[in-house]
Amino acid sequence: MAKHTIIALVEDRPGVLNRVASLFRRRGFNIESIAVGHAETPGISRMTIVVDGSTVSVEQVRKQLDKLINVVRVTDITETNLIARELALVKVKSTPGTRGEIIEIVDIYRAKIVDVSLDSVVVEVTGDEDKIESLLRLLKVYGVKEIARTGRIAIQRGIAGPAIEEEKAHVRAGRGKKAVEPEA
Amino acid sequence: MRLTGAQIICESLIKEGVKVMFGIPGGVLLPFYDTLPQYPKIHHILCRHEQGAAHAAEGYARACGKVGVCIATSGPGATNLVTGIASAYLDSAPMVAITGQVARPFIGKDAFQEVDITGITLPITKHNYQVMSAAEVATTVKEAFHIASTGRHGPVLIDVPSDVLIEEAEFHYPEKVSLQGYKPTLRGHPAQIKKAAKMIDEAQRPLIIAGRGVLISNGSAELKELAEKCQIPVANTLLGLGSFPGTHVLSLGMLGMHGSAHCNYAVNAADVLIAIGMRFDDRATAKVAGFAPNAQIIHIDIDPAEIGKNLKVDVPIVGDVKNVLKALNAEVEQRTHVEWVRQIDSWKKEYPPLRIRQSGSVLPQYVVRQIYEVTRGNAIIVTGVGQNQMWAALYYKYDRPNTFISSGGLGPMGFELPAAMGAKVGCPDETVWCIAGDGGFQMTIQELATIVQEKLAVKIAILNNGYLGMVRQWQELFYGRRYVATPLGGPDFVKVAEAYGIAGERVTDKKLVTGAIERAMEHAGPYLIDFQVEPEENVLPMVRKGATITEMILDKPREEAKAK
Repeated sequence: MAKHTIIALVEDRPGVLNRVASLFRRRGFNIESIAVGHAETPGISRMTIVVDGSTVSVEQVRKQLDKLINVVRVTDITETNLIARELALVKVKSTPGTRGEIIEIVDIYRAKIVDVSLDSVVVEVTGDEDKIESLLRLLKVYGVKEIARTGRIAIQRGIAGPAIEEEKAHVRAGRGKKAVEPEA
Repeated sequence: MRLTGAQIICESLIKEGVKVMFGIPGGVLLPFYDTLPQYPKIHHILCRHEQGAAHAAEGYARACGKVGVCIATSGPGATNLVTGIASAYLDSAPMVAITGQVARPFIGKDAFQEVDITGITLPITKHNYQVMSAAEVATTVKEAFHIASTGRHGPVLIDVPSDVLIEEAEFHYPEKVSLQGYKPTLRGHPAQIKKAAKMIDEAQRPLIIAGRGVLISNGSAELKELAEKCQIPVANTLLGLGSFPGTHVLSLGMLGMHGSAHCNYAVNAADVLIAIGMRFDDRATAKVAGFAPNAQIIHIDIDPAEIGKNLKVDVPIVGDVKNVLKALNAEVEQRTHVEWVRQIDSWKKEYPPLRIRQSGSVLPQYVVRQIYEVTRGNAIIVTGVGQNQMWAALYYKYDRPNTFISSGGLGPMGFELPAAMGAKVGCPDETVWCIAGDGGFQMTIQELATIVQEKLAVKIAILNNGYLGMVRQWQELFYGRRYVATPLGGPDFVKVAEAYGIAGERVTDKKLVTGAIERAMEHAGPYLIDFQVEPEENVLPMVRKGATITEMILDKPREEAKAK
């Protein structure tokens, strides 16, 4: 799979995003999207980073990220059973004549009209990238004035969180447990 | 106990066992320097340039194994540290750099001598901090020393605004650090170690490549045990020199771009390669695609990100080298490899290393060899970057750990003098020789003043060929001998030394080389010898740019011998 979804749990401190961005720039890793928000633990932020696995070594991305002191856990959840979503707000030109058609399309995509003005509507759509792209293609016919997209966020199904999965992957790869106390 | 930020820094440094720091004061640091006399346990060495302070801290750290500390003021003081921090980063040297910063209300306003030093050093530090209150200082210093000196060592920078230095806070030094994102893996995975042991047991032509990780983990004894138990020849990376005794019968010396021919041939022919605490740097591997084509590779390193970074390996083991080798030594069987060792010996006979050609002039290789003879291989050698560095690596044999100090990763000219100074501060009872080129020496020549002020008996050998020698060598070999911007006029180094108050002499005659080195050794203080060496001498062997490790330019006589 070319696109990889990497989850990084990071300490919520000033400059952490800069450290991550600087690392990607310096190592020549190209970010397709990055989304940051609070995680379930206070003081921890969750970054969802999408990289193209055909242009970078995802294993290197994961390991280099893990080296940052403020990064607590890194997991490549691509191969796991995941739910990925992106939110987009699209401002589409509309006339009294086209508004009905637009609403119809929006309904089919289970999207929402969140604002209406004389010459435009704002559409809110949630889904995976394919769904958003496909809706955008249809809306472009009417003229798209503005697009705001969040980038992908993702979560694994079921109970296994990234932390646990990562621990397993770490041991599987023969790298020992994540934390080993110094020998006395 | 309520203390100022400056006092907390000093108290914390003392808690970390810091006895010496290298630095230069400046406006925003005045509260710190004003506090320093209250703490006579900390000896501050005034350098003449912040680059010198940073290199000195690295030299200190690498010679004695403790964290090196340097300090500089905001703005230009901080930016002058950058080269030295980058050097420590690339060579994984434990360092804590403290920089002053403009007062908190001025941050972000482009105030006088304000630079974003945490931003600047982001990619060249293991971690960095900007301390925004006196209450954070103790924890920050504790964490900084912990991060710098555990796992893969490296530099950590702490940026302290000047008003934090005078702000008061309760001082309590934390006993433990708690960093949820930093837990280095120290023990190798047992299954991987078993796999490696089996591979080593079954190997016909095994070869160890030992890098600086062996020195950092203090694993030389374990390395020797592995090599001897299984009779495996040992090649060193440049930075790994000294991790395995250079005079040991199983030692092959250095591999790589300027490695010994027999060593590079051995790497090429090996069927199992045990890479220990090294990172497959391009200067060690030459063209990666053709590196060790016949070998299965076992890679032991504490940094998981080094596994598979430059080269695909067969058995990765993440862990501290000393720990992993202990476990590995218990698993492997005693073996001999008579045929293999004989094969390497025959290459060694065909392409004898450390050969010095007949010449009437002073050859740089001969100078290094004579320093080796006179010091009986017992000195700490600190080098610059370029030809002098390679000759020092090839013509001196390092039997003890941490006796070869050289900036391998970054390669900053001017490293030699301040780093030698730091090494001498760290190991005052050792003989410290600074082997310099005339180009690099002029980049940090001002530290001669520091050496005199601190009464440091550093012995300096300048291999003076009047060129930026390594660049000239490339111009000779690959740019049609067009010497653009490499011929180098220099001052009379003996007179310069004299002006600083350092004894010295110039050597232009081969017969006087040994006597001069002996005089330097007998002299109580620092001593400088300006060796006027053969100007167009080349470092050989040399792997051509973009070629594999066996495609070497050899000494001419050797090539002729081969043709016959």
